[in-house]
Amino acid sequence: MPAALLYTAAPLACLLGAIIAGFFGRALGTAWTHRIVILGVAVAFALSAGYALPQAMAGHDFDATIYVWGRAGGLPLDVGFLIDPLTALMMAVVTFVSLMVHIYTIGYMRGDPGYQRFFSYISLFTFAMLMLVMANNFLQLFFGWEGVGLVSYLLIGFWYTRESAIRANLKAFLVNRLGDFGFILGIAAIYTVFHSLNYATVFAHIDAARGMRLVVAAGASWHMLTVICILLFIGAMGKSAQMPLHVWLPDSMEGPTPISALIHAATMVTAGIFMVARMSPLFEQSPVARSVVLVVGASTAFFMALLGLVQTDIKRVIAYSTLSQLGYMTAALGASAYAAAIFHLVTHAFFKALLFLAAGSVIIALHHEQDLRKMGGLRRYMPVTFAATWVGALALAGIPPFAGFFSKDAIIDAVSYSNLPGAGYAFAAVLGAVFITACYTFRMVFLAFYGEPRMDAHTRHHLRESPWVVTGPLVVLAILSIFAGMILIRPLLFGHFFQGALYVPQADNPLLRMAAHYHGIWAFMGTAFVSPPLYLALAGIGTAWYFYILRPELPARMARSLHGLWAILRAGYGFDAVYLDGLAAGARAAGKFLWRVGDVEFIDGALVNGTARLVGRIAAWGRRLQSGYIYHYAFAVILGLFVLMTFFLHRG
Amino acid sequence: MDVYRHIALSVAIWLPIAFGVLILLGGRRYPRLVRPLSAVGAGGTFLVTVPLWGLFRAGSYAMQFRESAPWIPAFHINYALGVDGISMPLVLLTSMIGVIVVIAAGPAVKERVAEYFAAFLIMEGLMIGVFSALDAMLFYVFWEAMLIPMFLIIGIWGGPNRVYATIKFFLYTFLGSVLMLVALLYLYYRAGESFRIAAYYHLPLGLTPQILIFLAFLIAFAVKIPMWPVHTWLPDAHVEAPTGGSVVLAAIMLKMGAYGFVRFSLPIVPMASHELSGLMITLSLIAVVYIGLVALMQDDMKKLIAYSSIAHMGFVTLGIFLFRRIAMDGALVQMISHGFVSAALFLCVGVLYDRLHSRAIHDYGGVANRMPIFAAFMMLFAMANAGLPGTSGFVGEFLVILGAFKVDVWYAVLAATTLISGAAYTLWMYKRVIFGPVTKPAVAGLSDVTGRELSFLAILGAAVLILGVWPAPLLHVMSASVHHLLWRPGVRLAGATP
Repeated sequence: MPAALLYTAAPLACLLGAIIAGFFGRALGTAWTHRIVILGVAVAFALSAGYALPQAMAGHDFDATIYVWGRAGGLPLDVGFLIDPLTALMMAVVTFVSLMVHIYTIGYMRGDPGYQRFFSYISLFTFAMLMLVMANNFLQLFFGWEGVGLVSYLLIGFWYTRESAIRANLKAFLVNRLGDFGFILGIAAIYTVFHSLNYATVFAHIDAARGMRLVVAAGASWHMLTVICILLFIGAMGKSAQMPLHVWLPDSMEGPTPISALIHAATMVTAGIFMVARMSPLFEQSPVARSVVLVVGASTAFFMALLGLVQTDIKRVIAYSTLSQLGYMTAALGASAYAAAIFHLVTHAFFKALLFLAAGSVIIALHHEQDLRKMGGLRRYMPVTFAATWVGALALAGIPPFAGFFSKDAIIDAVSYSNLPGAGYAFAAVLGAVFITACYTFRMVFLAFYGEPRMDAHTRHHLRESPWVVTGPLVVLAILSIFAGMILIRPLLFGHFFQGALYVPQADNPLLRMAAHYHGIWAFMGTAFVSPPLYLALAGIGTAWYFYILRPELPARMARSLHGLWAILRAGYGFDAVYLDGLAAGARAAGKFLWRVGDVEFIDGALVNGTARLVGRIAAWGRRLQSGYIYHYAFAVILGLFVLMTFFLHRG
Repeated sequence: MDVYRHIALSVAIWLPIAFGVLILLGGRRYPRLVRPLSAVGAGGTFLVTVPLWGLFRAGSYAMQFRESAPWIPAFHINYALGVDGISMPLVLLTSMIGVIVVIAAGPAVKERVAEYFAAFLIMEGLMIGVFSALDAMLFYVFWEAMLIPMFLIIGIWGGPNRVYATIKFFLYTFLGSVLMLVALLYLYYRAGESFRIAAYYHLPLGLTPQILIFLAFLIAFAVKIPMWPVHTWLPDAHVEAPTGGSVVLAAIMLKMGAYGFVRFSLPIVPMASHELSGLMITLSLIAVVYIGLVALMQDDMKKLIAYSSIAHMGFVTLGIFLFRRIAMDGALVQMISHGFVSAALFLCVGVLYDRLHSRAIHDYGGVANRMPIFAAFMMLFAMANAGLPGTSGFVGEFLVILGAFKVDVWYAVLAATTLISGAAYTLWMYKRVIFGPVTKPAVAGLSDVTGRELSFLAILGAAVLILGVWPAPLLHVMSASVHHLLWRPGVRLAGATP
């Protein structure tokens, strides 16, 4: 079979599943719906892992148009795929996590009246995400980008009768649109410079664009490629929830837990990371843009981790941890360690999906209770979930040999090699975040699974481990969270896997310098024992143990004594307030002013009705001529017109 | 097929008018025949126009399906028709909306049913006449005549404040077109007593007369679009108009102003168009930004969509006056897309209004609980209105933004704010109307769409998706005409290279 057909089949299988579930789900019933949809995703996974990945690894890159979307002003606009190792890896990860989440959903959404609708949405999501990562041009990238945004919106508001859910989904969409505002301008800038939206064409002509400047005002101009990179990065900041466009992600936890795992942790939110990595030839042209990326990423890693410490909702703890981990990936991009960012993206997809699905398992067992203060002692009732959470937590905290250790250590190393402005700050931030990460992660583990049970007696009586459709994916993801790091580190970071897909000039490549010191995974782990991150992580776990197991009365006392700091953290540094009271209220006030004063009072009141009054006064003398019929006036107007015209024509 | 080429446009104009007159004459005596006859009239017209697409020679910018006969020889007025790649899609849009309007006129239309359908059918023929007239006086006659059914539709079947709205609508549009008539008469004499529009394209006009003519046209066209600041009649007219009237007003009539710019202003007075493009771009961007904010604060759903229309039409005028092919393509696609999307949104409001007799957002909430199918369709149209890729609403906005960046980065920045404001006002309305728990007893009694409602929503939904996923055929049909518009021999609107 031709390659184009096989590649097209992957997203189409998901789209077909979504359409069938959406239109015929009610007729098919729940069981047949999930069978058909899961089959579609399984096909996509098989094609990704069984065909795309081996093909790309064998060096058979695919870059071709699937169909012509349109041709406007001489610009070819196509739907086409670029399958190289970067894309193939993303396809495999996306379809794999999606498959796990689909299976898990059978258990999690059982009995929900929107069961079929949910399957339709998540399958549609997988379609859009595949279109995003498979794109060979910016048009399709934007299509996938907005497509995943749409499904994210629909799924955050899945329980649409809840005010908090529909508030959160509107917020998510609008904050993402703030990012897209930059993104679309970045695409427009690319069109202006390169006269093409095709990746290969754009990358081939970068040299010619190097000296170009964008005139922004008389006598002022900016470096064009820097402008392009920063505009594209603004898009990435929206989708990958980087400060200050991060505010939508914690609220997105209003959606059902399976999609928190799939969309708001493992896949969609990493789209920005993927996009910047895909654009590595562009970003390598602009140290300024990379410096911005580095500082934004490191700040997100550190400051969002801090917020994880004060959350009481188990999903929000994991959400802030996602923000912080995305910050790590972004920092890696800024440090030109694109491969490290993608490596962390992959390991994070496994262990974060694991943590979310484990949290979901807890939430079902507790009848949709998410408050950590009402948990406790769960390890006795839910052994599989408990073990899975431990694995996920160790991977997140970066303890060897779990997957997160390898990828996070690589990022910290890479940042330490960076010479960009702000690199020192970034290094301190990502290092500091290691301690905090371990701390909030194990705070969550200890609060949920240790100590005395704090739920009511009825709930406790019904506590039991979740069914196999829930625990099965947990076990698979746990295995990957243990081994993915050690298996993938050599090919992804120090091998030739990404050759041709990611571009870094030799001199700037931190991974090359790291490769010089790399002597296998055992030596890599050995070095960890003589460097600070591991000890910071262990200290973080120790601190959590001290505060939440040994002296559980301490946290409340600390919150009281450090009241100011605690309030700032609880308020999320006030970002929400700025958006709500500043931007949203400001837009509403401006809208009201322009409407009431601009339209009603000025245009209608002063101009239109004022003119009418004036005409009325002048015409008052002729009131006797008025008949009240509109066609009489019309006739008079036309008559007058002819008189005027005759006058002008004969005069000239 | 040869016969078809010579009569298609006439049939498309006069068939619905004939059916309209027939219904007007016989509708009182045979009320049960009114709806079937209307369906045949509108459906027949649509079928007549469909082959226009298939038989159109897309590589050519020349007028096709031409017809010509002397009409008033004393004044050299000809009955001359024809379409190019710009007007042909608009003719098809008109005949399609004609069908939609007939389907949409459900049981809610109770009074003077025959006159209602007759007005729409006659208006449809006249609107097709506007898009296919090649004679300036013929154009003017269709242009003015088409307003009369619209006045009646708003004035008779409209809401409580319909008289105010009708008069406002009448005065604005009438005063606007009077100046256009002056300009046309001037051109008539300058062209040696000819009303042939194409003859005006080669007049050696100085800059001052060009600017005067441009301004005369501008007032006529700006009112129709409507452009800021002559837009305030539109929200009032929409609020008072019955659903069908709003659909035609938004989907077709607003396009006529933009069509006027493309057919008259740009080719006849290119120097003035160039000279005043800064003004036009400024007014367009004000429409996008200012109106986008005003739309946010509307509680009346129809007013909100009316304001949203003004903002979207701002993209059309922006695209036209950037003088870039990609932006012009975008503007023209946006015209067609807005025809689908605004029609669909007004129909959605109509579906709700027929049930609850309120257009106020605060009277709704939680509609999705009772009307899931309707909610799904409205989601599609809301997303199209917000310019989501994969829907038709994205295509035009995207192309115009690309073209704008090329001309001036700040044009693109201001235009791109629609990504935020468009999503904000549309989805905020959607949230308050469709999502949420059912708290109003009236909402609790809602029933989902009927088969009739489903049919028009599905037709428009399909159109929105097809144009969004595959705009290539439409872009292809327009491309030669757009190219010719911007690079006619001797007239260069868009710089040296295509």
